[in-house]
Amino acid sequence: MSLITVTSPHTTGQRNHTGAFMRQVIYATIPGVAVLTWLFGWGTLFNLIIAVPAALIAEAAVLKARGRDVRFALSDWSAVLTAVLLAIAIPPTSPWWLIVIGIVAAIVVAKQLYGGLGMNPFNPAMVGYVVLLISFPLEMTRWIAPHEAPSWFDSFRMVLASANVDAITGATPLDSLRTWAGNAEQLASQPILHGSFAGAGWEWVNLAFLLGGIYLLARKIISWHIPVGMLAGMALIALPFWLADDVRYASPLFHLFSGAAMFGAFFIATDPVSAATSRYGRLIYGALIGVLVWVIRSNGGYPDAVAFAVLLMNMAAPTIDYYTQPRSYGHRKAKRGASR
Amino acid sequence: MTDYKKISMDGLWNNNPATVQILGLCPLLAVSGSVVNAMGLGLATMLVLAGSNFAVSLIRHFVTPAVRLPAFVMIIAALVTVIEMLMQALTFELYEILGIFIPLIVTNCAVLGRADAFASKNAPLPAVLDGLMMGAGFLFVLLLLGAMREALGQGTLFSNMQLLFGPMAENWQITLIADYRGFLLAILPPGAFIGLGLIIAGKNVIDKRLKDAAKRREAAEPKTSRRVRTTGTVT
Repeated sequence: MSLITVTSPHTTGQRNHTGAFMRQVIYATIPGVAVLTWLFGWGTLFNLIIAVPAALIAEAAVLKARGRDVRFALSDWSAVLTAVLLAIAIPPTSPWWLIVIGIVAAIVVAKQLYGGLGMNPFNPAMVGYVVLLISFPLEMTRWIAPHEAPSWFDSFRMVLASANVDAITGATPLDSLRTWAGNAEQLASQPILHGSFAGAGWEWVNLAFLLGGIYLLARKIISWHIPVGMLAGMALIALPFWLADDVRYASPLFHLFSGAAMFGAFFIATDPVSAATSRYGRLIYGALIGVLVWVIRSNGGYPDAVAFAVLLMNMAAPTIDYYTQPRSYGHRKAKRGASR
Repeated sequence: MTDYKKISMDGLWNNNPATVQILGLCPLLAVSGSVVNAMGLGLATMLVLAGSNFAVSLIRHFVTPAVRLPAFVMIIAALVTVIEMLMQALTFELYEILGIFIPLIVTNCAVLGRADAFASKNAPLPAVLDGLMMGAGFLFVLLLLGAMREALGQGTLFSNMQLLFGPMAENWQITLIADYRGFLLAILPPGAFIGLGLIIAGKNVIDKRLKDAAKRREAAEPKTSRRVRTTGTVT
């Protein structure tokens, strides 16, 4: 009889400690980071170089204030992973203070104030991202046009001295879609919307994160339920609207390979702490994130919707778990809560 | 014998309407974006609290329990209308900024709560003091929150104070950081919730420190009489 339950984060074996899992997720972001650097310049790497030490310092400071074992908690790599995810999510032209504020919001507020790793109801990286997005909309929506990557020195100046980069910024595929939805001529004449198979440039970013995600699946770091649920939910709701009116609504393929879709599906939504835990629960959780992403992308005013969708579903995760508790061996039906 | 000191401490600290009773959150969170807004609404609420407590205390023997709540609400509504008209006459611009939140003082649970829980059972003088102190406690938290949000959100303190104090307050504005870009989160509603959470946490920390210090003092004090061993032998 197997004593291993499906709920996270139980592991067996000597080498499967939390730090090893976190490191695997970090390795899996490498293809995505590489493509981001190829398309948008060195900014993402500078983001990473600032974010990781900032996260470690913030984590150590709070742990010390809380009287916890600093070395033990830092060695689980969770702060580094949060920093990596946030550094990937924010635009490569971001000034250094933006990253630091985001890291403080993620590590201090969203993670440690709720009790540290395993206690946070919300995904820390996405809390940091949303805090930045609603506080500094200008900086957070400033993306460089793909393949117009500035030199490493220009990137450096943007990060450290907030140098002006207006000359090379460009709308992302999702931005142009929002601006020109319903206008067939404009949609046809926007080069950013017509890449090889989806939005130009961003299709490769998403493909790279899909690759990293498949690595995570192969190493059994994540289960397939959340990513498949999310991508299927997104495609299934996009399909009928696209068939009905392809001038106003983008195709499912475009949605799947735009913005943070793949990154969100494999790296953000799968956070074992803040997601649903049962198999059915994970499918429902993922599917609803996908639906929300499409709804907010199609009707909202922000550049992408993955962060909002994930945070909204983080709130729903306990309820989903409550209603999808697996049947325990020897019982006919799952017991729900303590009330029965 | 009424303990005036206890009434004051309850209103200001131990039973503060904003941080302990968590009442009146709607105006507290909605208009605490700057010091001047916070002070305008805090002063208005304080005046209403003191006035309604006084009036309710005066009529406490003539109102039967069955109809007391409608009667109290009528008194509070009348006072709020008076304050609203006063603000319209004296500080018109602030009146326009605070808008719906001035008439909404009627629905501030702290006002009706004090009328029912304290004023209807006590003499006018303690009742007025209770209203003033509860109002001051509310004002204090509003001001703290307003200052935090204004400093973080705009990088200034006491901007636009002339709306409340007239032309002499034109140049009271303190610019903390020149060319501050603004931190929108602090101005937006989430900033109010996060700010109030931090204030409540801060108050709890101070209370715990005070309690621990008192305990330590008690433990450190030498006992005045020593128990003498009466049986057995000491080795």
